[in-house]
Amino acid sequence: MSTTPPVPSPAVPVLEMRHATVTAMRNPEWVVAAHVNWVVHPGEFWVVGAPQRAGKSDFLMTASGLMPPRDGAVWFRGERLPIFEEEQLPWRLKLGLVFAGGQLLHSLSVAENIALPLRYHAHWAEADIQSRVTQLLEAMELTPWAHWMPAQVARSWSQRAGLARVLALAPELLLVDSPLAGLDIRHTWWWLDMLTALSRGHEIMGGKPLTLCVTAHNLQPWRHSASHFACLHQRRFRVLGDWAAVVAQPAAGVRELLRE
Amino acid sequence: MPEVEIPASAGAPGWALPGSAPAGWAGRRVIGFCAVVRGLGAFALITLAVGLRKFGVATGVIRPLVEQEIFRVGIRLLPMFLFAALALGFLVIGQTVAVLSRVGAASELLGSIMVIVVVRELGPLFTAFLVLGRVGTANVVELGMARALGEVESLEAVGVDPVHYFVVPRVVGMMIGTVSLTVYLILGALGSGYLWAFVQELPVQPADYFSQLAGALTALDFVLLALKTASFGFIIAIVTCFFGLAQPLQLEQISRATVRAVGWSVVACVLLDALFIIAYLTL
Repeated sequence: MSTTPPVPSPAVPVLEMRHATVTAMRNPEWVVAAHVNWVVHPGEFWVVGAPQRAGKSDFLMTASGLMPPRDGAVWFRGERLPIFEEEQLPWRLKLGLVFAGGQLLHSLSVAENIALPLRYHAHWAEADIQSRVTQLLEAMELTPWAHWMPAQVARSWSQRAGLARVLALAPELLLVDSPLAGLDIRHTWWWLDMLTALSRGHEIMGGKPLTLCVTAHNLQPWRHSASHFACLHQRRFRVLGDWAAVVAQPAAGVRELLRE
Repeated sequence: MPEVEIPASAGAPGWALPGSAPAGWAGRRVIGFCAVVRGLGAFALITLAVGLRKFGVATGVIRPLVEQEIFRVGIRLLPMFLFAALALGFLVIGQTVAVLSRVGAASELLGSIMVIVVVRELGPLFTAFLVLGRVGTANVVELGMARALGEVESLEAVGVDPVHYFVVPRVVGMMIGTVSLTVYLILGALGSGYLWAFVQELPVQPADYFSQLAGALTALDFVLLALKTASFGFIIAIVTCFFGLAQPLQLEQISRATVRAVGWSVVACVLLDALFIIAYLTL
């Protein structure tokens, strides 16, 4: 990466959506959420709850700047998204998005997938890239599958590789799409522990705390990890507050997201 | 990833004329055709712009991809092309000798006919169609899968330009590979042509045959051959990448996209070939 992005003022929100209308990528006529107003400050850990097929992935794609909102605007550290200019790429790479299932490139092995952003952006020596990839593989418990192709690896492990690929670029804001969907209890606990550690400062990130936004179809597992909650219900985005505010919510849409 | 609208009706095989509104149907077909042409043009320009702007960027990632494409197009197809060269030489010489022997001109015109038929026309076009069938179709399937499985978005999420990663190496590899394969095919066909002439006991010495070839070839042949084959490679790569990548695809749409890409590539290559024939005749 050629330039270093300037350090933002702590007063500047990491992510801000103002009157944003989020639509579905596959069908731009379909409104996922209208007039979204959302401010994420540094160090916060958000969980956005929504039932399955409510548009959680589209919401995160818009929040990450991969898809423009139909109306309104999205800002990342004070810069309006999407960012296309080459000069602002280092800035843009501070925002990481982990897709549900990892969405790895099927022509590359797990280790090559993790190394790809480093090889593409960072002018590192190959030995340094290998060293960083080994570190990430170990942290994700992926070492035995390092040279496997994504099609040979279970979805739960692919998703961890997707997380490693994003962490390779040392983001400041991490958006994670439905990390607990379809996981067994062992993987579920691993993800809860890992994301909590990342939000507090994991050694793999040099102890630097990350700002996190996660989507989920059930808010219960996140009650001890997340600091802020929101939900997507009936094409509206609602900020719920902390866990005490969530459990106090009488709305049926929110109660559905609290079922064990 | 820039997306270009491709109307579902454009170039689709197996269509039926609705009896109620033939004018509307024809209009939709024309509009669809124009939209694809416009989309292909825009996609080609975007690819050229990305290729030039990012020349030298991320060479550690892009260069191996280019080498892989050159290997896939220019080297892995070599055995099939040797067979095709033998067959082409046999077809051309077999027919030529049969016809020209009747007027007693087979020995004198053998080299000229090989240059006109193999070097200027059949060699490049035959190569383009074989590359399209063997690699172009694979391109659409691979890129269509990448698109359907969200790989394009995952590249964008880590700041990797999908056109730079997926398209530019394919275009460069396909252009270099098509030029190389055409040279192999032409050399093989010219050699096998003499072999078949020898088998048919035509009274032509190798030196005479090759001097006829050299006499029929001009500098313009080499220039136009290089331009034509590189253009065929460019067209096949652009059209197949366009249909595989330029708009969101579902897995079940990939086979249809492949069929459409083949149809458009064939038409585009034949039209380009016609332009080169005009160039040969006018220059």
